[in-house]
Amino acid sequence: MSLALQDNVTAPAGPQRISTFKLLLQSRLASIGLVILLLLVAIVLLAPLLPLVHPDQTAPANRLIRPFVTAAHWLGTDQLGRDLLSRLVWGSRVSIAVGFAATLVAALIGSVIGLVSGYAGGRTDNLMMRGIDMLMAFPYILLALAIVAALGPGLMNALYAIAIVNIPFFARNVRGVTLGLAHREFVDAARLSGKGHLSILWSEVLPNVAPVIVITMSTTAGWMILETAGLSFLGLGAQPPQADLGSMLGEGRAQLFTAPHVAIVPGLMIFVIVISLNLLGDGVRDALDPGLKSGALSRPGPVTRIDRTKPAPPNSQPEAILSIEQLETGFSNGNSTTPAVRGVSLHLDRGECLGLIGESGSGKSVTALSIMGLVASPPGVITGGAIYLDGEDVLSMPETRLISLRGSKVAYIFQDPLTTLHPTYTIGQQVAEAIAAHQSLGRRELRERAIALLEQVRIPDAAARADHYPHQLSGGQRQRVGIAMALANDPDVIIADEPTTALDVTVQAEILSLLKQLQTERRMALLFITHDFGVVAQICDRVAVMKDGEIVETGQTRTVLTRPHHPYTKRLIACVPEIGDGDRFLPRVEKLMASQTKEAAQ
Amino acid sequence: MTAYIAKRLIAMVPVLFGLSIIVFMVMALIPGDTATAILGAYATPENVERINRDLGLDKPLVQQYFIWIGNVLHGDFGRSFTLNRPVLAEVMDRFGATLILAGTALVLCSLIGLLAGIVSAVRQFGWADRIITFVVLAGISMPSFWLGLLLILVFAVTWRVLPASGMYAVYGGGDLPDLLYHLILPAATLSVVAAGVIARLTRSAMLEVLRQDFIRTARAKGVSETRVIYAHAFRAAIVSVIPVIGIQAGFVLGGAVYIETVFQWPGIGAMMVKAISTRDILLVQGGVLVVAASYVLFNLMADVVQTMLDPRIRT
Amino acid sequence: MTETLPQTLAHTPGTRRRAAAATPHALRLEHVSKTFGGGKRLFGRKHHAVEALKDVSLALTKGETLAVVGESGSGKSTLARILVGLERPSAGTIEIAGQDAEALTRQGPRAFGKTVQYVFQDPVASLNPRKTIREALEAPLKLLCGYDPEKRKARLGELMDAVDMPASTLSRYPHELSGGQAQRMAIARALAAEAEILVLDEPVSALDVSVQAQVLLLLERLKHQLNLSYLFISHDLAVVEAIADRVAVMHFGEVVELERAKTLFASPVHPYTEKLIGSAPRLNGGAGAVRM
Repeated sequence: MSLALQDNVTAPAGPQRISTFKLLLQSRLASIGLVILLLLVAIVLLAPLLPLVHPDQTAPANRLIRPFVTAAHWLGTDQLGRDLLSRLVWGSRVSIAVGFAATLVAALIGSVIGLVSGYAGGRTDNLMMRGIDMLMAFPYILLALAIVAALGPGLMNALYAIAIVNIPFFARNVRGVTLGLAHREFVDAARLSGKGHLSILWSEVLPNVAPVIVITMSTTAGWMILETAGLSFLGLGAQPPQADLGSMLGEGRAQLFTAPHVAIVPGLMIFVIVISLNLLGDGVRDALDPGLKSGALSRPGPVTRIDRTKPAPPNSQPEAILSIEQLETGFSNGNSTTPAVRGVSLHLDRGECLGLIGESGSGKSVTALSIMGLVASPPGVITGGAIYLDGEDVLSMPETRLISLRGSKVAYIFQDPLTTLHPTYTIGQQVAEAIAAHQSLGRRELRERAIALLEQVRIPDAAARADHYPHQLSGGQRQRVGIAMALANDPDVIIADEPTTALDVTVQAEILSLLKQLQTERRMALLFITHDFGVVAQICDRVAVMKDGEIVETGQTRTVLTRPHHPYTKRLIACVPEIGDGDRFLPRVEKLMASQTKEAAQ
Repeated sequence: MTAYIAKRLIAMVPVLFGLSIIVFMVMALIPGDTATAILGAYATPENVERINRDLGLDKPLVQQYFIWIGNVLHGDFGRSFTLNRPVLAEVMDRFGATLILAGTALVLCSLIGLLAGIVSAVRQFGWADRIITFVVLAGISMPSFWLGLLLILVFAVTWRVLPASGMYAVYGGGDLPDLLYHLILPAATLSVVAAGVIARLTRSAMLEVLRQDFIRTARAKGVSETRVIYAHAFRAAIVSVIPVIGIQAGFVLGGAVYIETVFQWPGIGAMMVKAISTRDILLVQGGVLVVAASYVLFNLMADVVQTMLDPRIRT
Repeated sequence: MTETLPQTLAHTPGTRRRAAAATPHALRLEHVSKTFGGGKRLFGRKHHAVEALKDVSLALTKGETLAVVGESGSGKSTLARILVGLERPSAGTIEIAGQDAEALTRQGPRAFGKTVQYVFQDPVASLNPRKTIREALEAPLKLLCGYDPEKRKARLGELMDAVDMPASTLSRYPHELSGGQAQRMAIARALAAEAEILVLDEPVSALDVSVQAQVLLLLERLKHQLNLSYLFISHDLAVVEAIADRVAVMHFGEVVELERAKTLFASPVHPYTEKLIGSAPRLNGGAGAVRM
């Protein structure tokens, strides 16, 4: 059926689950780290079986042999004539074992503290976190030193010290995530399903916290190996004759000037172990962090990438202030591009208000952002079409020209005014910046103009409010600031992307009437993106209906609303409940659904 | 702002109190007693008892703590038996040297880290980013004491351009240029790891911020890309980087222990390592307490700076 | 009562029909208040207190849909969370299906869950991202109804039928569903507990209009089939008018008007109600008379 509105009829998309491990192996660096690490672990595990000299076997006659000189001592010997290769393998065995053990201990204790603290909240949380803060109030290694000082030098004591010192990292990370989860809807839902606290912690919270624990483990394991080596280097960890890499380095230091290899070789080994752990750790983090999974953490450039294969289509509406011709915008993932806007043509006359309406995923916002190249790119890419602004193709302009037209000729108003305003600048500064981007004025004058703009959008006591930060304002006032910034340079076109969706209905009504009034006063063209037919009816002269990246119907607002042409529009409008419909609404929808199911069956 | 700083200073008191308890407890729980450590294994019981009485070790733990903290508040940290001089005097002598080293390293790592992080984020996936990412990864995977030894080998032994150890030249010197000359290698070594951590964090904070809606707003206003990156993105990213610089101060102060040992820098870290092996408990206690307190103070400054930069916390 | 039940659900022995208690009320609130914060801090300073609910009294009759409308900060969500036992009122009494809420609380979360269930606003967030739909639905069947595995399997099938979803959906993870599908699953989970009272907290606000209409239709059908009572929380007056028998208008924690839906929309009494109705955008051109 072409009208795939009835989402319950279509079975949900088949699962395309990629295992975390596969994802990990996709990263070349992480794979390298994993291979090196596995190789090292295999070697140290097999150490007793390898044809090595006993690591503590001294031979004063063969002291300080350089590496690669004799086949018997491939890596040379130390000051007591002990074979460095053998000592390196056995020392790595100790270092890796102690590092991993410390990681496990710290992870276990820290995670339990974090889970309990974050989930219980209140006093328990406060008490536990104050304790953790105390531990963190010590400089990292200093606390380990104090603990070793108390327990006495020794490898096991170094292990305890390192583990204790790292507990706060786990406790804090795990608590942070748990705290966020404890108030999530699904935890409430589990409670309502009859689950007790322990069961919720174990089966609802822990699975969601586990990635964080694994990430923290993989990123701190390297640290712990470094720190254990450090304590041994200072003579506070492994005690002779037992040796780990750190104590080998410490002993070799005395021969630094005569036989540097004795110190350099164990250090190199530590470096290789830790770097392979860190490579793997970064890979694990990327694979487990859903935010990073899709490569979403790439930096969007100043202008959307334009990659047109076909020549720009001619301008069919030369009088229009803005004319979009067969626009195609997509999102590239690797080598393929998923289209979001497929050949949209629209025009906006001077002083007119055009509504662009569609459901989520219809491509309406992408269309709006494409106009001034604001689609985040990567992954966004404009693959075809033309956008004529006052007769000039925006997509053929040099980047600097396009940027200079933003805000001066075409201004935007965005949806959520809290996230769209900069959190650390006052609203006066932000409005002033909008002016300053296109006009060179003095500080004083900028401020005066900014306050005047704030007054025009009816912000009460604008001069005092100008010094406020966005978080100190209500949602409606923030959106007024957004409008003030858009008006700053008297643009010809304002593009408003769902500007009232985040607002309460009474505030929405006020903002809409303000927008309408300003638009008529200043004879600006307004492109209004929304999903709400009621809003369209209120302020738009014409409306275009979008579905799956295409425009299915355009016309005068009144005509489209009362006599929709396209079946999709018909259906969409029928689904909008309206005050006054009352109990007639549901029977109407029911009839509609029944007839469409029948259509689909035929 | 003043009220905020005052509030934070008051809030420091319980933290310092907690610190002192931890320090005291750790030292009090030492297996094997101090008297034996002072007098050696062949001490007579009478002598042990006398030492214990002199040091107040025969009293209950709580009482011992209050006597100790009372003395500490009067500047009396006890007397180091290995050096035979007051702990406070020794600690203060040494602490200056550590502050010079750690302070320089902290400034260095902040500057290098922030700069590298920004460049890396702005040139994401470019050559500069790849090189920085690799150097940073290597830097944070390296034992700093090993790096120190390598630098000594290269610059002091092979090329003979920089001194291998100490704070001043043994003969002559003692002036600022001499100090800076001796400072280069240890400060550089000490700052490597912290610079790497700061660079990584700055990079990811920048990338995170650059995807925020308010960056799109800035672009929609027609603001130049340079301004978008520095006035908007970096301004927002620095807020989350400052606390990490605060934490790095702890790593630098702690890491100074290794560096001071490697470069024979006459700082508090090297002193403590020696004190631990000679079991000069009072010296360790004093050293830990002073360094931890200075770290708490530094974190307070980091908090204040962060609050000044982020209006959302301020109100 | 039971004649209207569909075959699948009516003949389930486990479908407990709670005998009509002395009162015809499904829910009854008397002088309920809720204050957040306000407790004393360590040094005797008082926390900033927020009065989320101020002396709210209302009742939900069995088989009825009572809508609670209000804008953000009106206290409507707090009201919902109190009713399902996720929060406790600071003052006042609550009766759920003839039982005192305090008594239910003492019996533990299971007693609450068997009497009243909750459908959340954000359907995807209300499902654990790391669990399949089957695991989410099994919990109430096992813990609240105490069914054995075989019985659970049968009930899962019935529940999927009831919300018009194919049984294959059970093996899906929440992020593999659309918003509408996820909300159907959340409704199925609420139904699984076999409670007769559902508190629906903005159940269609996160959905596109066409999906919203279908979910409303589904809710209406289930209500009649299973003889449910709804407390329907919403900010959308048009939706409320379409589905509610009675409407309570909330403003800053207070119920300012409580009236039959038809009467309320035809002739609102309280000025705030009037403003709310006037602000709602309408399809038939022109702004609704916006009074500011």
